[in-house]
Amino acid sequence: MTALRRTPLYERHRALGARLVPFAGFEMPIQYTSILAEHRAVRERAGLFDVSHMGQIHLRGPGAAASVAKLLTRDVSDLRAGQVRYGLLCRETGGVVDDVTAYRTGDDAFFLCVNAANVEKDYRWVVRHAEPGAEVRDRSDETGLLALQGPASADVLAPLAAPDPRALRRFRFAEGRVAGCAALVSRTGYTGADGFEIYCAAQDAPALWDALLDAGRGAGLVPIGLGARDTLRLEAALPLYGHELDDETTPLEAGLERFVDLERGGFLGADALRRQRAGGVARRLVGFELASRGVARAGHALAHGGHEVGRVTSGAPSPTLGKSIGLGYVPAALAAVGTPLEVRIRDQAVPARVVPTPFVGRR
Amino acid sequence: MAEYDIPSRLRFSREDEWARSEGGRVAVGITDYAQQQLGDIVYVELPPVGKTFEKGEPFGVVESVKAVSDLYAPISGEVVEVNAALADHPELVNEDCYGDGWMVIFAPSDESELEQLLDADAYAAHVQERSQ
Repeated sequence: MTALRRTPLYERHRALGARLVPFAGFEMPIQYTSILAEHRAVRERAGLFDVSHMGQIHLRGPGAAASVAKLLTRDVSDLRAGQVRYGLLCRETGGVVDDVTAYRTGDDAFFLCVNAANVEKDYRWVVRHAEPGAEVRDRSDETGLLALQGPASADVLAPLAAPDPRALRRFRFAEGRVAGCAALVSRTGYTGADGFEIYCAAQDAPALWDALLDAGRGAGLVPIGLGARDTLRLEAALPLYGHELDDETTPLEAGLERFVDLERGGFLGADALRRQRAGGVARRLVGFELASRGVARAGHALAHGGHEVGRVTSGAPSPTLGKSIGLGYVPAALAAVGTPLEVRIRDQAVPARVVPTPFVGRR
Repeated sequence: MAEYDIPSRLRFSREDEWARSEGGRVAVGITDYAQQQLGDIVYVELPPVGKTFEKGEPFGVVESVKAVSDLYAPISGEVVEVNAALADHPELVNEDCYGDGWMVIFAPSDESELEQLLDADAYAAHVQERSQ
């Protein structure tokens, strides 16, 4: 068995007493104190995440824009330098290779931020399908990534960063400096809260981490592990590859139509997705809430009127709502808000109900 | 071992339950080591009063944010009381696992089984082995 990899912040996590677990081949902090306390810190104040295990695949050259246009389900012809766009990389079948954020740093320069579990797979996919005149590089190992999320994050970051991050709109980024280190700061995140993702050179990540925690202490900034990262994104109903998305699942099934530009087409999977839309999408991802105590978890069967109809893809207690929530696939006819479902947890059928998503935050 | 509370008066199972003899009945819960390993406890599933279990049999489930763990009967007996407070306040198990976080009370069917459980020193050694 290969040894687990470590991000540049491994020693920081150990020094903070984090519980470390394997994730996507890395030894990562699942929690520092308590998942519930870390979750609440992000909802109420701010939290700092090490997400350096994620990948960055760069495309440069005259063929870069055409390559991204072919690979990504979003139109990038109107994506300007300094803008970020969320989209999917799809197979010809319409199944999802990965969900990514695409950054345009220049006319002929892009990078994709990709899930840690998919870095090698995505790199090979991009290389295979890139257009001529595009140079593709996997710069994951030389890149550090910190996420600063929560209502106080702009106030924490502003004194340390140039240009002023408060001027950034959502899905915009700027290249400058944070705590004396070269950094790219984007107003993006995976928590449903306001916040920033800060890209730096891998060797600068520890200094940035220390500077941010120090600067944010007065505002109640604390480090956040992957446990709370998952409960936060679930409350925001954001998909997690390997759960809501996989090679056999399309973005239309996952409720991600607005991130798929079928009018433009021209990207891998467009034809299959058009056919699926025309024929009617047979199954749909829904958000649900348990009506009684219990916790739905990935893999639990979903039933309706006693008959199994689907499966939970993610589930957890929602610290903000004080009830158990989850995401799962059901037949399209059962996807309407208010539809009663049962979650099969061990030997019990726990009543649940389809609810609007996101569970927390703006709709 | 400073980081885990292991009260000397109690007996312990290898599955990290504690047992306390109380006037012919035996109160049971999970240990400080167990609650720390689990993290924030969000749900405890306990059996109905009147159900009987053999020593070693699963009698319930404790769930944290990330994990689901079976609870194993440290002795054989009939459930005579269940801690109803845990339904609304599962966090009591984290806050006071030997006190307000107690889980069930058994009427033991075989008093000698209590002696077969680990004493505090033996349990501390069992925790030590797994913490390295």
